[in-house]
Amino acid sequence: MIKSKILEELIDRWLTKVGTLVAIFITFRGHNAPGGGFAGGLILGAVFVLQYLAGQQPTIRRKPILNPERLLGLGLLLALVTTATPLFVGGAPLESYIWSITLPQIGKVKIVSSTFFDFGVFFVVVAVVLMVLTFLGTRGGAISHEPTDGAG
Amino acid sequence: MVFFAAVVAHFAVAVLALIGLRRRPVIAACAGLVVLAGTALVVVTQAIGATSAPRKTIEWLPLLGFNFTFQVDGFAVVMALLVSLLGFGVLAYSIAYFEHDATFTRFVGLFMAFAGSMTGLVLAEDLFTMFIFWELTSVWSFLLIGLHDKSEVARRSAVRALLTTGAGGLCMLVGIGLLQNQFGTTSFAQLREAAPTGKMASVAASLLLLGAFTKSAQFPFHFWLPGAMAAPTPVSAYLHSATMVKAGIVLLARTAPIFGDTGVWRWWVVLAGVITMLIGGWRALRETDAKLVLAHSTVSQLGLLTVLFGIGSPYATYAGVAHLVAHAIFKAGLFLGVGVIDHELGTRDVSKIGAARRSVPVSVVAIGACLLSMAGIIPLFGFATKEKALVALLDAEFGLVGSIALWGIVAGSVFSVAYSVRLLHALVRTPNDSASNDEHHAHHEASALVRTTLAAPVVVAAVVSLGFGFAASTVGSWLVSPSSALDVKAVSKLALWPGINDALLISLVVIAIGAVIGWKAPLEDNSAQQPQGERVFDAVYDATIAGAKRITAVIQPGSLPIYVGVTLLLVSIAPLSATFVDGFGSLSGLTSGTALEASVSIIAIVLALGVAVLQSRFTGAMFLGGVGYAIAALFALRGAPDLAVTQLLVETLTIVVFLLALRAMTRITTRPVARFPQITRMFIAATVGIAIPLLALAARDARTAPSASQEYFARSVDEAGGRNVVNVILVDFRGFDTMGEIVVLAIAALGVANLVRAAEQHRRAAISVKEVAGS
Repeated sequence: MIKSKILEELIDRWLTKVGTLVAIFITFRGHNAPGGGFAGGLILGAVFVLQYLAGQQPTIRRKPILNPERLLGLGLLLALVTTATPLFVGGAPLESYIWSITLPQIGKVKIVSSTFFDFGVFFVVVAVVLMVLTFLGTRGGAISHEPTDGAG
Repeated sequence: MVFFAAVVAHFAVAVLALIGLRRRPVIAACAGLVVLAGTALVVVTQAIGATSAPRKTIEWLPLLGFNFTFQVDGFAVVMALLVSLLGFGVLAYSIAYFEHDATFTRFVGLFMAFAGSMTGLVLAEDLFTMFIFWELTSVWSFLLIGLHDKSEVARRSAVRALLTTGAGGLCMLVGIGLLQNQFGTTSFAQLREAAPTGKMASVAASLLLLGAFTKSAQFPFHFWLPGAMAAPTPVSAYLHSATMVKAGIVLLARTAPIFGDTGVWRWWVVLAGVITMLIGGWRALRETDAKLVLAHSTVSQLGLLTVLFGIGSPYATYAGVAHLVAHAIFKAGLFLGVGVIDHELGTRDVSKIGAARRSVPVSVVAIGACLLSMAGIIPLFGFATKEKALVALLDAEFGLVGSIALWGIVAGSVFSVAYSVRLLHALVRTPNDSASNDEHHAHHEASALVRTTLAAPVVVAAVVSLGFGFAASTVGSWLVSPSSALDVKAVSKLALWPGINDALLISLVVIAIGAVIGWKAPLEDNSAQQPQGERVFDAVYDATIAGAKRITAVIQPGSLPIYVGVTLLLVSIAPLSATFVDGFGSLSGLTSGTALEASVSIIAIVLALGVAVLQSRFTGAMFLGGVGYAIAALFALRGAPDLAVTQLLVETLTIVVFLLALRAMTRITTRPVARFPQITRMFIAATVGIAIPLLALAARDARTAPSASQEYFARSVDEAGGRNVVNVILVDFRGFDTMGEIVVLAIAALGVANLVRAAEQHRRAAISVKEVAGS
């Protein structure tokens, strides 16, 4: 484990926030440029890996993420709903719908329905990384040599 | 249409009982009674005054010709009435029977589901529709036989019944498929018009017969039915005597006009029916459990019905319909009656049930009447129908088969008189040890209401058997419409007193011989030997399970090296053999790479060699990551930024996961015991290394259609609103693949989580055991 206070601060202050932003940005941008839900999810996953290597629990805004399984379910559900919704309005599964709206101050924004699917992928990937960290990282490994679980 | 609604209503009550009214099964049962009575009412009102049989089709897979078709002709009306009226009686009886029994909720739900399926089955005008309901009844029967799931006997019997009827059902499905394929229809009426002949028709008919024989417990599949008596009495009375086991008979009745003249049909049916009749009769004479006596007598009577419906003469069909009705009534009454005695005395042993005479005299008299009907004694309904059967077979002209059928039925009738008389004897005899029964009696002191409810259906069955006997000619006229629905020529009549003829003389002889045998037959004889059929089934079943275990042990040895080795070899052999057949791909273009690409490739190769050579797992994992990064660099150089980014990230996370997992593994101190020698592993590695590049080259040359990416490029912006084609493919064009992939990912993650949790629990348990031992 990394026991440097400075590094810990650095990760906590900057890397987490910037990394999260980058991950979301990459996911959004994926539709038109390299990126997407898979890459974005892996970037956020890498952020959590860094937090873990720094000896911290994976956190978002200092709150530990307790239940990655729920995130997994959320991601699958989001992807599934995006897949199935066109069926109810007479389309093919996963058919894309494109909306252009104009927001004040920002301008014209194009929203494609498949973005939701991509975020489903994003959540699943993040959840998988978190689960691997949680289960391979804390149980059966070095930490479990300590007398009680979760004390570290 | 009302019939579909009626069937659906059964299932609705079933769901209600199993989910909504778990704590109030009696209310659910009352709802069930209403539905059953309503169905009977609907059937009667629809049938009366209808000039043509109401018919309704719901399309399911019209392109395949699979539809749900119901047709309410005369035969369907009779069968549906039997199902719903007997269901009504049995369900009412069960409310009292299951008093203080926690399984009642489940019983009501399954019972209603069964009644609905059975109604659907008898209304079906299409083999396919019938098959769906047919299989459903098998499933409900399985669950109902195993209602008391704590009992080993019940579970084994349930499995036997399910596998036997299920296997028959599968044969039947193949038969239906053949007919559909050959004649383009599965409707009974259309098949009859098509008049199938030839080899294919014979095969299909034999397969359908297998379905009918397993369902109706015909030889050699007769063994499952007595085993099914592990079920509670109402289940036995309803499913395994009056309704479900008649499904095979219904199928015979519907298909005999279609296949009656194909070569194999008549022989099959008559031989199976006659053998079953004799085996069932013989065993019924020897059993000491009154319920098992009834079970074997049911097997025997089903044999009789099989012969009557299968032989295909109009009169026999008419006699079959009549005897089917008679049997359903008296046999339901008998089963329920034995249930009353069991409830009262706590025993069904034929040497002890004589004691019931004092405690439940009314029920015993009613049982006696039903027994006389089963024996075919004037003036009960069973007499009229048995006479008709004999007359029909005396008249039929089928040569040798006809004679076998006739004399088979005569011999079977001797048995049925004999076992009926034996039970009568048991009822009127005063048992030797009445003291021990009084003790039981005190335990079973039930309220007057419960006793009345239990006795009522038995009495009704007896009264109906008697009433139908006296009104035989009227009832006979009701049965004209049902039997002529099966065969237009099957118009006949019943009579209480047919006049002195050959059949009556035969009957007199039969009754005389049977009565003597039955009265002399020992009541205590206990041949406590498992029936042959059951033993054969169990042997086959156990051998199958043992064989499956052995095969599993061979192909699932639990060794990672073997799994990986076999998988990799197979993956390489397929493309290698294909390239040897089709020729190698051209090597052109391999040299077109830049110097930078070549150097990155060399780095990757060196790192890969390092992985193979290095002894330390940690260093090996790092080198493996290095190979991945080099590949990512190649992707980037070749203009695939999406792939490169993803590869980079995945590689990074994979190394972390590797390290996390390796941390928990013990350090290598000695060389691991290899399952494969070094040379084998090198061989596998080399094969994979050669095969996969060859495959890639061959695949590049094998293009016959324009690249799919051209089309994707064209459609990407317009249809999916994205300029990054890779991503659009992932989330739109091939989004289903992505959906599948994330599901796999999620399953893998859950698998990791559960494996670790299981290991953790194991460890904790071990620790707590140690602590207990230490303190």
